[in-house]
Amino acid sequence: METETKDRQPTLSDRTYGWVNERFKLDALVEYMSGKVVPVHGHSAFYYMGGISLFLFIVQVITGILLLMYYRPGADSAYESVRFIVSEVEFGWLIRSIHSWSANLMILAVFLHMFTVYFTYAYRKPRELTWLTGIGLLGLALLFGFSGYLLPWNELAFFATRVGTGMAGAIPVFGKDILIVMRGGEEVTGATIGRFFGLHVAILPGLFTVLLAAHLIFIQRQGISEPLDWHALPESDKKHQKFFPSFLLRDLLVWLIVLNVIAVLAVLFPDGIGVVHWPLGVKADPFAPPPAVIRPEWYFMFAFQALKMLPAHILFIEGELFGILVFTVGGVVWTLVPFLDRGRAGDRSRYFMAFGWLVLAFIIVMTVVGYVVE
Amino acid sequence: MASEKPTRRGFLEIILGGGTLATLGAIFYPIIRYIIPPAGGEAKLSQLKLQFTRADIEAEPKKAKYFKYGRELGIIYLTEQGELMALAATCTHLDCTVQHRPDLGIIWCSCHNGRYDMTGKNISGPPPRPLEPFIVKQDGDVIFVSREEA
Repeated sequence: METETKDRQPTLSDRTYGWVNERFKLDALVEYMSGKVVPVHGHSAFYYMGGISLFLFIVQVITGILLLMYYRPGADSAYESVRFIVSEVEFGWLIRSIHSWSANLMILAVFLHMFTVYFTYAYRKPRELTWLTGIGLLGLALLFGFSGYLLPWNELAFFATRVGTGMAGAIPVFGKDILIVMRGGEEVTGATIGRFFGLHVAILPGLFTVLLAAHLIFIQRQGISEPLDWHALPESDKKHQKFFPSFLLRDLLVWLIVLNVIAVLAVLFPDGIGVVHWPLGVKADPFAPPPAVIRPEWYFMFAFQALKMLPAHILFIEGELFGILVFTVGGVVWTLVPFLDRGRAGDRSRYFMAFGWLVLAFIIVMTVVGYVVE
Repeated sequence: MASEKPTRRGFLEIILGGGTLATLGAIFYPIIRYIIPPAGGEAKLSQLKLQFTRADIEAEPKKAKYFKYGRELGIIYLTEQGELMALAATCTHLDCTVQHRPDLGIIWCSCHNGRYDMTGKNISGPPPRPLEPFIVKQDGDVIFVSREEA
């Protein structure tokens, strides 16, 4: 019976599509999208890393909005409101736990995404701007992590923020001014919460959304990068799958798996596990001594550890300043790599691969050392 | 047309549809429970001791003061006869806060010109119901307000 009516008159969805199409010319968009393909090869799994990062960002937006319903910034209310969320509000512990787990996994996914893009030369022409917007998104993600960490106003958050903003104070000439602007005064106080809160829930989401939109539009416009050795292949040897619906459905399946992983982690380890943990603990007390082990988040550990290992003076400048200079230069090179690597499509470039592995090895070694060495 | 015999497609559709529904349920159930605010920790009051005295009310230009009774706002005022009376201060029309108008001898809501008499009965304007009264007791200088026991 259903097939009979389908032949005679359009269904509701046909008519809805027709209504919108008449006004916005959907047909052209659908035709454009249906031509999109994704290369199929041995490293196709890398193509899911960006999608996973995107999904985790969506999880952050949803759980962040939910936390906003009960969170109250301020030295007298921030800690109390988070305690209220995890102890009084139904499923409040779950929402906070998912927000924290998803935040950490998002940073991890973004790093994996970046390194897979780097090592497959996917940053090369014509994708220079996709790389730049990606670096911008990484920077914003790290700022999200740094600013969000203070918001519960507990002991860990307080001292981590004091050390973190203190590093900005080591910058020559403007350091002191930057520190005062970041903290909203000389010290980390309730004024700092106000600034970090505004940054975390308004400024960063706004900037992130704009950059993310650009990043995604570039990808849709240019298509997915092909592996290096495909340049030598004849067209007939290249395997593709359609973006709609084949790749999209696989993407959604991966998202579903990631969501399940988060749910399991959040339920089994609501306060995190090992070195990735966020117990609420006791309220921040500016007059109390810091706890014995004071560590940054794991994704800042390599920088923290490297700065700690530097001698007090290198040549004629302060060790810490020297470290910050080296990081700045490294970061600039890393950001500008699509413009510095002049290798043509299909060519490998030994120097940039070596640089990539050096950076990766440095990050991994320093992170491990940071946790192993007391 | 549709055969009664179960098909592979039908089976898959049930599994997929059921799985989708279960997933959405698992996502939205905690979210909806989370959005509903937990009941406040404030215990039910049997009686409230006011933090001010009759003299404080007399000193007010409008001969009235507000107080919090649990989560409810109340108004206590001095009538022309020198009697202390207390009412719920939330207008029954659209939740504005009412005020005492000793010049008119009424309880007045400024938002939409709602009028109540001194016992809280709605007498003109939009308010649909009277204001609920409090029982006022005085012990020397101390004033207690309470609600009538049901």
